[in-house]
Amino acid sequence: MKDYLLVFRADFSLMPNRTPEEMQAMSKRWMDWIGSIAAQNKLAGVGNRLEGTGRVLKGDSTITNGPYAEIKESIGGYSIVKADSYEAAIELAKGCPILKQGGNVEVREISEN
Amino acid sequence: MELIPHLFRTEYRKIIAVLCKRFGFDEIETAEDIASDTFMSATQTWGLQGIPEHPVAWLYTVAKNKARNFLHRQATFNNKVIPETALRENASTLPEYEIDLSPQNIIDSQLQMMFAICHPSIAPEAQIGLSLRILCGFGIEEIADAFLTKKETINKRLYRAKEKLREENIPIALPGMAEIDDRLAIVLATLYLLFSEGYYSISNNRTVRKELCFEAMRLCYMLVENKHTNKPPVNALLSLMCFHASRFEARLNRNGEMILYEEQDTTLWDADLISKGGYFLNQSATGTQLSRYHLEAAIAYWNTQKDDTKEKWENILQLYNQLLQIEYAPIAALNRTFALSKANGKEEAIIEAEKLNLTNNHFYYTLLGELYTGIDNTKAKQHFEKALSLAKTLTDKQTIEKKIDKI
Repeated sequence: MKDYLLVFRADFSLMPNRTPEEMQAMSKRWMDWIGSIAAQNKLAGVGNRLEGTGRVLKGDSTITNGPYAEIKESIGGYSIVKADSYEAAIELAKGCPILKQGGNVEVREISEN
Repeated sequence: MELIPHLFRTEYRKIIAVLCKRFGFDEIETAEDIASDTFMSATQTWGLQGIPEHPVAWLYTVAKNKARNFLHRQATFNNKVIPETALRENASTLPEYEIDLSPQNIIDSQLQMMFAICHPSIAPEAQIGLSLRILCGFGIEEIADAFLTKKETINKRLYRAKEKLREENIPIALPGMAEIDDRLAIVLATLYLLFSEGYYSISNNRTVRKELCFEAMRLCYMLVENKHTNKPPVNALLSLMCFHASRFEARLNRNGEMILYEEQDTTLWDADLISKGGYFLNQSATGTQLSRYHLEAAIAYWNTQKDDTKEKWENILQLYNQLLQIEYAPIAALNRTFALSKANGKEEAIIEAEKLNLTNNHFYYTLLGELYTGIDNTKAKQHFEKALSLAKTLTDKQTIEKKIDKI
């Protein structure tokens, strides 16, 4: 088993304002999905969600606002799962609720060295 | 004479904790011998002369005398055989032979022993054995009975554990504030195991099983009573134990066989223990730490609510989702999937169940059988039959056979 980082990306500026009920339903989908991975004993780290704000620091000492200077998509969070292969990691990622919100999941193998 | 077994149960552990604390682990066998001899004397003397007016005080006096004689002999030995040591010790402290069997010292000694026994360098299995012997005053036979193993095995296990206590020079003391949380975690894990040993044991000796559970609760309550150890996870664990223990009478039939949750007679649930469970669950809801005991206690709370509401199953599902993130266990994964079927429907639960891949576990196939029942009865039957081939105990087999008959 290797560890894979799942990075959740979406254009959060396009996310409509949600009612509390919709937010609750969304949160349940995330919890059920993470719970499903944990129930398969394939969760290496639940990870974190990131705030929508951010700063980008460049080599010439300029600092810009927002984590997404050039692209509209930003990272909303990450988790680490255990899998035997990219194919198996992708199977786990398929249930991620962000896919239904127009977002995507980047799957990256974590180097063991 | 019913009094002596009763007193043995309540007083042996107090005497041994105080003596062990006083003598140190080097003389743990002496402490055990003195405690046992005290009860031997009681049996002989009381048999001849009748029961004294204050039996407990009588026991304490005899134990104190025996301990004093031992300390005296030891000091004499040291004086004669190892004169330099004697000179050095006599200069600072005169040998004190008095043994303090006051209620406060009994409690302090027991708490300190609890932390000493549940030391990280002692293996969990040995911690359980030592706890039963020293903290609970169980006889070797009773421990062997609870573990369904031979007396010699338990004796060997305890012997090795005591050697370890000596080799590691483990202090009999409460840990300092800096390490109390880490050390407490081990104590709680041991108490949890002790409780589970009683609750899920396959031993047919119902009395011993129940005693194991109540001993675990008693020790946990001692931690709640002490201001240094009265922490949220301790209350959560006690709450969990109360909720589980409330079903003790309902979950076993007359032959000591398991009765499934759905088929339990709820009038046999102990309302007093359920309300105590609720009390300690409230007490545990402080601070920022969410332990597995908090989650398990909350699940146990919902299980005391017999009605099959959407709210109940959604809560149980989310609690299992969190619990599995803290610590994976096959049984939690299976229970989570059952809750999922109740909260989100069987179709989703079947997909999730098949991902669990617990193919050597008969509960896995029982769950799949349950989920397929009413959706695809042929498949349901196949799963139940697979479960039947993997089940080991007669009760498990009968339960599965009943389910097959129902289809």
